[in-house]
Amino acid sequence: MTGPRGDTAPPKAARATLRGRPSLYTDYAADQAIWNTPAKRYWTVALILAVIATPFLPFVTRSQQADLTLVFVLAIGGIGLNLLTGYAGQVSLGHAFFVGVGAFTASVLGGMPTQNVVGFELDLLIWLPAAGLVSMVLGLLVAPLAARVRGLYLAILTLGLVFIGEHLFKELRSISGGQGVGRRGPDPEILGFALFHPQEIFGLQLDRETPWYLFTFLLLVVMAILGRNLARSRMGRAFAAVRDRDIAAEIMGVPLLRTKVLAFGVSSFYAGVAGALLAVSFGQVTPENFGGLGGLLLSVEFLAIILIGGVATMSGSIIGATFVVLMPRLVQAFAPQIPLIGDGALLSVQQLEGILFGVLIVLFLILEPRGLFGLWLRIRNYWKAWPFSY
Amino acid sequence: MELLSVVLSVLVRGVGIGSTYALLAVGFVIIYRATDVVNFAQPALMILGSYFTALYVHNAGMPFPVAVIAAMATMAVIGALTERVALRPMVGEPPFSAAMVTVGVFFALFILSFRLIGTNPISTGEPWGFARLVVGDFEFRQIDIARTVLSLGAIGLTGLFLQRSKAGLAMRATAMDQETALAQGVNVGRMFGLSWAISGALAALAGVMISAGSGGTVPLDAFIALKALPVIILGGLDSIKGSVVAGLIIGVVEAIALSFNTTLTPLIGENFYLVVPYIIMILALMVRPYGLFGTAEVQRV
Repeated sequence: MTGPRGDTAPPKAARATLRGRPSLYTDYAADQAIWNTPAKRYWTVALILAVIATPFLPFVTRSQQADLTLVFVLAIGGIGLNLLTGYAGQVSLGHAFFVGVGAFTASVLGGMPTQNVVGFELDLLIWLPAAGLVSMVLGLLVAPLAARVRGLYLAILTLGLVFIGEHLFKELRSISGGQGVGRRGPDPEILGFALFHPQEIFGLQLDRETPWYLFTFLLLVVMAILGRNLARSRMGRAFAAVRDRDIAAEIMGVPLLRTKVLAFGVSSFYAGVAGALLAVSFGQVTPENFGGLGGLLLSVEFLAIILIGGVATMSGSIIGATFVVLMPRLVQAFAPQIPLIGDGALLSVQQLEGILFGVLIVLFLILEPRGLFGLWLRIRNYWKAWPFSY
Repeated sequence: MELLSVVLSVLVRGVGIGSTYALLAVGFVIIYRATDVVNFAQPALMILGSYFTALYVHNAGMPFPVAVIAAMATMAVIGALTERVALRPMVGEPPFSAAMVTVGVFFALFILSFRLIGTNPISTGEPWGFARLVVGDFEFRQIDIARTVLSLGAIGLTGLFLQRSKAGLAMRATAMDQETALAQGVNVGRMFGLSWAISGALAALAGVMISAGSGGTVPLDAFIALKALPVIILGGLDSIKGSVVAGLIIGVVEAIALSFNTTLTPLIGENFYLVVPYIIMILALMVRPYGLFGTAEVQRV
């Protein structure tokens, strides 16, 4: 993955003259750089360090680590959907299907065999890429058909995938463990080093969740940078062109079919990887997690991640995943203080969560279509121009 | 005679459930034509329709037909209100955003229905139940006949309203071109509300039809309404005729698949018939990307 052609760092002297004027770009490469201002560079590093340090803080519990791990995993899946829906404009309700394919591929290759299910107990270095690739191949197979239809027709077509997937997952019992039962997820081991197991590194005692937390975070950073680079490459510009006006894109020489198929392939790869990681985090995967109504809800959750987070932004996918995972936790934490909420009262906590989820999607679409990322842009721009209004 | 009897009973069952799908699909189509939005909140509207019928029968003591009509009226109001509150601000936004808004509305209304119905199935007090109708040598379930007659009747009335009444003309004009309709003095916003109201009323009737002939209604039954999605895609998103034809096709094929499913289970798996509508939909899209009767989008350069 390389950036746009000619993407080289400006010479030191040139950079020095720019100090203090972060929005002054003297060439296209600097404008298009991933971290195009020094502030972004420093804050990204600070954020990464903070996230790495989090599990070592004394007051962070193991379940909080597990929640944050879920954020990272869903963010990877969200980035995949954002590439397809946000950048390439192809709305998909079938994302859960590809996530499920990844989860079961990983479980077969990395899981233990039992009387009912097959398993090969391979290394993570094999099953993780394989989960992405198998998902990607299925995505590439579905894509030419999906490329024939547009807009809401496409959304409903991909919704069909979720239901067909439910049937497949339930029927392939030796792979999935069958309806309602499921199977154990894979055991993440890299070259004998168990990632979901208490470990001691440099004299530090790590909880079972910590190595897995660090690994998924590392993967998220890598996948996010890959995604960002992809989005600002020739291919990413083709995605955006197809999204904004497909006919115009075609006339400019962007091959429609190939671009859409690529978008589906890349997005399914991300989904497959996210599925494999989810299978580890869940511990037990069932067909109901990824097919039928469960799958539909998972797909909608991914759409909510990119809509609430911010369409066609990488950081938006991550913010959205954080929001979707942590919002229910916040509601649970504050529920005792809210009147009329609780068992036997007006609404139970789960019901309040569900309603909030729905209402928030609606509110964001109506009030801030750019999502939480857009909210952040507004705040930033306000302070940039302060005390003037623009 | 034996074979003929089996074939007929499968056909009648398929037409019965198919016309219910068609009824649901028409609800989707009417909203799509008026506002270019696929209304994913339809399942929740449907389940609330069954709830209100049960409420009116058991708590208000209304006779069943009156309760159904009252529930349809209630859902019409709720539909129109939903449009005014959640969808009107989305006018001019991309159809996808508006569709996602209906997903949000679905969550809110669905949880409301959970809250109202609770965990125990509720009964709408419908008169058909598991009763059978014997005609000569043949035996049908009454509910299938009721579903066919009432659903197709409601669709027919809706079609008549759209074709013959002044408001229907205004709705068709809005569907054709909102700005031109506005220029001719049509209150476009009111037409949006009206289409949601009709759709809500049809959903309520469909809810009653779906829950009749089963043990009772639970909130999860809402997802039966998703069966209407392959129907509208097969028929074409903007065609009422397409909805009826596709609804009947999918209902009958599903009934046939159901009757073969037990013998073929080792080959195709249990509950294969549930996937059949989606497979038909995908196959149909390969041939006709806009469905059987849908209007192909004219692409202007």
